[in-house]
Amino acid sequence: MSAGAVAALPRPSRSAAVGAWLRKRAGAMLVFALLIVVWEVAVRALGIKEYLLPPPSKVWTEFWKRHDLVMGGAWVTTQEILAGYALAVAVSVPLALAIAYSRFMEQSVYPVIVFLQIIPKIAIAPLFIIWFGFGFTPKVLLVFLLSFFPIVVASIAGFKSADRDVMDFARTTGASGLRMFLKISLPQALPQIFTGLKVGAALAATAAVVAEFVASDKGLGYLLLQYNGQLDTPMVFAIIVLLSLIGLAVYYAVEIIERIAIPWHVSQQGATHDAVL
Amino acid sequence: MLKVVTKAVPAPADGDAAAARRVYVDLRGVAKTYRRGHGAAARATHALEAVDLAIREGEFLAIVGPSGCGKSTLLRIIAGLHPASEGVVEVGGKPVAGPQTNLGIVFQSPVLLEWRNVLDNVLVQLELRGVDPRPYRERAMKLLAQVGLADFADRHPHELSGGMRQRAAIARALIHDAPLLLMDEPFGALDALTREQMRLDLEALWMATNKTVLFITHSIDEAVLLADRVVVMSPRPGRIEQVMDIRIPRPRGLEARRHPAFVEAAERITGIFLARGVLHGAGQVVPPTGGDPP
Ligand SMILES: Nc1ncnc2c1ncn2[C@@H]1O[C@H](COP(=O)(O)OP(=O)(O)OP(=O)(O)O)[C@@H](O)[C@H]1O
Ligand SMILES: [Mg+2]
Repeated sequence: MSAGAVAALPRPSRSAAVGAWLRKRAGAMLVFALLIVVWEVAVRALGIKEYLLPPPSKVWTEFWKRHDLVMGGAWVTTQEILAGYALAVAVSVPLALAIAYSRFMEQSVYPVIVFLQIIPKIAIAPLFIIWFGFGFTPKVLLVFLLSFFPIVVASIAGFKSADRDVMDFARTTGASGLRMFLKISLPQALPQIFTGLKVGAALAATAAVVAEFVASDKGLGYLLLQYNGQLDTPMVFAIIVLLSLIGLAVYYAVEIIERIAIPWHVSQQGATHDAVL
Repeated sequence: MLKVVTKAVPAPADGDAAAARRVYVDLRGVAKTYRRGHGAAARATHALEAVDLAIREGEFLAIVGPSGCGKSTLLRIIAGLHPASEGVVEVGGKPVAGPQTNLGIVFQSPVLLEWRNVLDNVLVQLELRGVDPRPYRERAMKLLAQVGLADFADRHPHELSGGMRQRAAIARALIHDAPLLLMDEPFGALDALTREQMRLDLEALWMATNKTVLFITHSIDEAVLLADRVVVMSPRPGRIEQVMDIRIPRPRGLEARRHPAFVEAAERITGIFLARGVLHGAGQVVPPTGGDPP
């Protein structure tokens, strides 16, 4: 494409952008709607028992009957996710910074983190109950624990990824360490930090539900076990859908922040990335 | 691409005028050995051996040499980015003990910041120096126009071709008007035509200022066409094989290639590389493997 042709492209307006977004995803949405219709029709036509596989319409009506209770549970779980995730971000990014820039931290703390990462974190959940009881705290801590490692590891990699030539160029300007960090190392690290943040976000919902499975008297994980015990399969489906939506919302929130923070990187990844999300 | 108005300057009748100027970059007995690993696994690469070189103030000096002979190493040592293993390095009369800041540097690869557009990549030179970049915007745009990037000031590096990126890096090295310009194969990524144009532009720019330029290249033609003196380096470990004064009047336009001094210098350098085995006379080609029956 010639320079002129690129320059001539108008910047898309917001509504045009939404339109484009919808158009790009129209195919996927159509397939999704079709799947639900096929599911509904198949269940009814084949006479599959409701406790094995309820039709989508039944999932919806059952959910609507008890939506107050369920949404209350969803709010509890969402709070656990947000608190645990925020804690993970607040701890892991500064820690990554310290490890990346301090030889002592790198040699003493980093190996411990790498080792701890191997522990199946979910197995620690019962222990948290012993230590912290049945309330909010153990759930937040498990969310923290699961989100923490991918963020730390990716952030360390990001801070250490400084290109040698770029740093050499910066050294010929006599820039102070702080200025070098703010103008070069930090922006350079952001793409990898965001990769870690997204992996962490994807794990946060899982962590909250598992923590609620172990011991809880509220939240979606608790409700899920209750309905499962009663063979109330439509409600089990409703809660799975709700959990997916919460996970998706957290993930997308991080991605929107990423688009705002590092538009240059997002546009660099180009069309293939866009097509998926 | 560039319209710098310059007067035609006759070449000095002899080297005296140039020789009288003070030495700006001084290397005495500089050697560099890269070491990796310890004990039995230790490996050492002798990149440079006993280099003596004095670059005079305002001089345009080119270095040619085969790949891996230590040209980039030499440039990094002068910039204070690598310590020399042996010898003395002085820039502007002061020993080099750390990164030098009173210079503009163009690396072999265009090291641009991916998150900044082209204009901001030029201005980062000032921001990193703690200088308010706003008064420099106009100058930056002029420099970008000089290197043919006026229409690309608001693009990001990933939207540029390799040659365009390198041109942005050249503008960045010029924005703060430093007295010393270190250029490591700056035209390596450019196509032949742009390369020729950039050469003419660089000469004009150098003539309009009084910068000291160290210009590294693989190209014998480019070295001879640009430089007051050409330093020919031997294969690794790099030593200075020969230093040649090039007496071709400036500005050296496209016709400079026909100048007897150009032809002579180019032939001499080629001769050195032939003698050193860097170039082989007739093409020695590895025969194709396998084979269709004739
Ligand atoms: N950071 C480094 N660590 C170890 N060895 C190095 C390093 N940089 C360069 N070398 C070695 O030093 C020698 C000279 O390298 P240098 O980059 O200076 O060559 P060059 O003349 O610039 O080559 P080219 O023309 O291909 O760019 C090479 O053998 C290379 O392997
Ligand atoms: Mg090199």
